[in-house]
Amino acid sequence: MRSVLTRGSVVIDVEACKGCDLCIDACPPDVLVMTTHEVNTRGYRYPLLLPGCTGCKACSQICPDFVFQVYKYDKPIEIEVAE
Amino acid sequence: MRKIEGLTVIPTDTAPEHARLVDDFTPSLIDVGAHNLCPGCGEPIAMRSLLEIVEELAVIDRAIGVFGIGCYTAFSNNLDCEVLQALHGRAPSLATGVKRAKPNTLVFTIQGDGDMVNEGLQEVIHAAARGENITCVMLNNGVFGETGGHITAATVMGQRTKNSLEGRNAKDHGYPIRLSNLIAELEGACYVARGAVNTAGNVAKTRRMITRAFETQLRGEGFSFLEILTMCPTGWFIETQEAPDYLDDTLAATHTIGVVKDTAAK
Amino acid sequence: MTAQLLEGSDAVAHAMVAAGCRFFAGYPMTPFTEVLEHMAKLLPPVDGVCMNAESELEAVGMAWGAAATGTRAATGSTGQGLSLMQESLAEITLAHLPLVVLNMARAQGDYYQATRGGGHGDYRHLVLAPMDVPEAVELTQLAFHLADTWRNPVMVFGDYYLAHTYQSVDVQPIDFGPVPVKDWALDGSSSGTGRAKLISPLGDFKQRDDVGYDLSDYYLRCAAKTAAMVAGVEPMIDIGYCDDADVVVVAFGTAGKYIRYTVAQMRADGLRVGYARPITLFPFPSEAIVRATAGARRVAVYENNMGQMVDDVRLAVLGRAPVDFIGGLSLDSSGFGIAPDYNVDVLRRKITAVMEASS
Repeated sequence: MRSVLTRGSVVIDVEACKGCDLCIDACPPDVLVMTTHEVNTRGYRYPLLLPGCTGCKACSQICPDFVFQVYKYDKPIEIEVAE
Repeated sequence: MRKIEGLTVIPTDTAPEHARLVDDFTPSLIDVGAHNLCPGCGEPIAMRSLLEIVEELAVIDRAIGVFGIGCYTAFSNNLDCEVLQALHGRAPSLATGVKRAKPNTLVFTIQGDGDMVNEGLQEVIHAAARGENITCVMLNNGVFGETGGHITAATVMGQRTKNSLEGRNAKDHGYPIRLSNLIAELEGACYVARGAVNTAGNVAKTRRMITRAFETQLRGEGFSFLEILTMCPTGWFIETQEAPDYLDDTLAATHTIGVVKDTAAK
Repeated sequence: MTAQLLEGSDAVAHAMVAAGCRFFAGYPMTPFTEVLEHMAKLLPPVDGVCMNAESELEAVGMAWGAAATGTRAATGSTGQGLSLMQESLAEITLAHLPLVVLNMARAQGDYYQATRGGGHGDYRHLVLAPMDVPEAVELTQLAFHLADTWRNPVMVFGDYYLAHTYQSVDVQPIDFGPVPVKDWALDGSSSGTGRAKLISPLGDFKQRDDVGYDLSDYYLRCAAKTAAMVAGVEPMIDIGYCDDADVVVVAFGTAGKYIRYTVAQMRADGLRVGYARPITLFPFPSEAIVRATAGARRVAVYENNMGQMVDDVRLAVLGRAPVDFIGGLSLDSSGFGIAPDYNVDVLRRKITAVMEASS
């Protein structure tokens, strides 16, 4: 196990996503990944959040479909993940 | 934590506890977030940036947007900002009438390259030459997106469109117009910049340009012009994830990103 | 103000200012040019704006923008320049904006353009055709009132004679009564309130369920509004000597003034002839034409073109009497609409020929 410092988080409106991938490259800590076979009801892949979000808003600012709501933790948290 | 596709992911369906909201889904000045624009379109990103800057500058109670005709017109009846819908190409003249009749307003146009460089080139050139105290914004994706990807006067050399299938070539189609550079030549133009929304860095840079353009108008200095390079994967006939690099390699290679003119900086 | 000797363009400009017009945009073109000159002089002292637009396309666009702020606005040109403006004029109408449009036409060949609309879509403009400068002073002011009342463009159809004849006029503001409050006008103040205003030829309300416009619904509402306007505007006409007339001559504008004079002279000579001069070209005063021609054996139409209004007269008369076209294009070499046929002897000969055919 290792712990990942996480300053922020996002809520993702999965059904609004059109699977364009713009958020994936835009994310500075690289904590967004696209599903590969899971899709929403319209058939689009959508992003998943891994530990380590900084709440920087890069995803919400580049998303054409406004699917992100960005939060910052009052105090950064540590998330334990398997190596 | 839960497992999806073998990854340990953080639940993103509800708001986290002990955290504060820093950015909401839909910008507050856009009424309905859902729209029918294609996946990976750059125009909603530009719209968000523009409206958020209007809000940041605390001038929303005197802001009026004048819209041209293009895919972005989907937003003209979807804003919590007064909108005057113009014809294809004519927005700078309408904006002139609005601003001259109500000088205390913040007036901006939203147009595409087909709207501004093709149909209404003289309008924006004349508005700039008059030093009209408005901000004209061109969302440049190098194609007529709404009709499905056709050559415009801003389409770059070699770019394939539905009516230049082998790519733009000088013999048949001539050369692209670099509108920002053309406008910067005019004495009435005070602030001219070209941004893009293909990367997080460019979005941040473009937001600073929008701020500068609006500040130019708010100081009453004269004409400000903002060109924003936007992705149109549908009209470029590429995958959405290829669009940011395609923009850098093709569109931005001709339409160079950066501040072209800023008389206040001298 | 007391009576002054004013050029028609100057008088029309004074009338616009008296009506509260505070925004004008135009592009020089004979015989409209002097209207622009006078507006450029008259508007700044009353805190108005006159734009020397770089083209007619831009002139109408600027007027469109100003009209959207609730400012009384006008533009104008000559038929050719108005052709350039048609796309915008159609859209301004669909956007429900009041605007006064002047056509200082060359002769009367723009009747179809004015009354049918040269643009796209299912729209109509109210069209007023003054015969001389004093009437233009009144009708120009009425145009602003009608535009505000119906939220629709109104055209004042003049010509070279109207624009350039000097006449003694006393331009006073005319009170036509109240107009609806312009609660739709833009000034930015509704932005950010959750109810930001929208002025668009694609639809004037925001759909909350989906993004985009419902053009079918909107165009049907536009059509209903146009129908209400056409039904609500009282057509205006000037009629003389028609009660016992064997022949009624129909003419409008400057030509109408010449016909009036010629008919009066023929009456003085005991000839049973009358005239009908439509003042609103749209809506066309069809019912008044029916009444005026009820006892006539023949109807004659004189206009300085190859026959345009004659269609509307025929539609009104509907075969109850023969309708003769006695007009025709009459121009001097300038092409600006100076008509050698505007001559009492010429007009009298044309009317006499119809009277002979009727007996």
